Amino acid sequence: MLGTGVGVPAIVGFGLFGVIVGVIFGYFGMGSFMVTPTLLVFGYDATVAVGSGLAFVFGTAVIATLKHREMGQVDYTLGLVTIVGTTIGIEVGKRGLLYFRSIGLADGVVTAAYVLLLGGVGAMVVLEAMGDDSPADDGDGTGRLPWVPTLGMRPCLSLRGGVNISAWTLVPLTFLTGLPAGLLGIGGGFIRVPALTYLVGVTMPIAVGTSVFAIMVSGGIGSLSWAQAGGVELAVVAPLLLGSAFGARLGSSVTDLVDAETGRLYFGIMLLFGAVAVAVRQVGIRFEVPELQVLGVVLIVGSATIVTGTVLYSGMRAVRRPRTVSSSDRTGD
Amino acid sequence: MTDIPSLLSTVGSVSAVGVVLAEALVLHAGYGVLFDRVGPSVVDRFETE
Repeated sequence: MLGTGVGVPAIVGFGLFGVIVGVIFGYFGMGSFMVTPTLLVFGYDATVAVGSGLAFVFGTAVIATLKHREMGQVDYTLGLVTIVGTTIGIEVGKRGLLYFRSIGLADGVVTAAYVLLLGGVGAMVVLEAMGDDSPADDGDGTGRLPWVPTLGMRPCLSLRGGVNISAWTLVPLTFLTGLPAGLLGIGGGFIRVPALTYLVGVTMPIAVGTSVFAIMVSGGIGSLSWAQAGGVELAVVAPLLLGSAFGARLGSSVTDLVDAETGRLYFGIMLLFGAVAVAVRQVGIRFEVPELQVLGVVLIVGSATIVTGTVLYSGMRAVRRPRTVSSSDRTGD
Repeated sequence: MTDIPSLLSTVGSVSAVGVVLAEALVLHAGYGVLFDRVGPSVVDRFETE
């Protein structure tokens, strides 16, 4: 599992790429979808790309969870329910994928689902962030959308930020977020964070903190499984983690400095770029055009770099001007 | 009877994930000093400029 043939330029490159992924992960609670395709483009086989990507995500999630925990942004009750519901959803989604594979439709279904989910959620988040109506103005004073059924049946769970929700509502919601994760073979942060924000009603920092906690647990279990298959390449994971640890600290710190609407807007733009990139890459794979596959990864990494720069710049500006958004406004505590 | 190759494989995989976990904890602590002690003084300089 110790790497061979990884030179100094590659190690430095992995370190810099790690910083970008770390900022995105620390700020948005997602980013795992960038790692594996990039490793594939660099010529690593699928086992190493997936295994090392997952081990890297696990390490980054550990650091991001510790940081969000210090800032009071991890809801463990919600996290544990999320892990249970998501795990069941992932298993059902995986069986669905096997069914689609058996009838020869797996590639088409996965590509369409990926692009529709990234694009759909991204468009929804951007429109909401650019509009005048904040979801916090709707319904019951939380961020939950008004049409989400709350079912007053016991047991009722009290979450951070004054959110009360029945377990009978919460478990199916977390199951639904795990379903596409299992179908697409991804961590699911880009689905879970908006789902926890808009469907459960917690604030975005708590959604991110809780999501990275769930990713840490599932990533640890997944990494063990892939390590047994020889898929964890420490020479790749170590420099990635070195950079991402730095980036995750920056990204987590900035969550309290950049106002919530701006954060949502960046998140949505990131997802829209991701949708375009995945579509381009899949077209390249489908029609065996390597240039399009590389272009897809360049779009993912390029958009991540731009969003990272913008987030950090916004954070720097927030530090340099008198604070108008306090920590309690962001977390709801 | 214990299957030695599978035991070694399990120890190897747990070690690999353990190394990642240990690196994450060390980096968290190291960058914690950088961000929590050095960082605030830098921020103070920004705010007073």
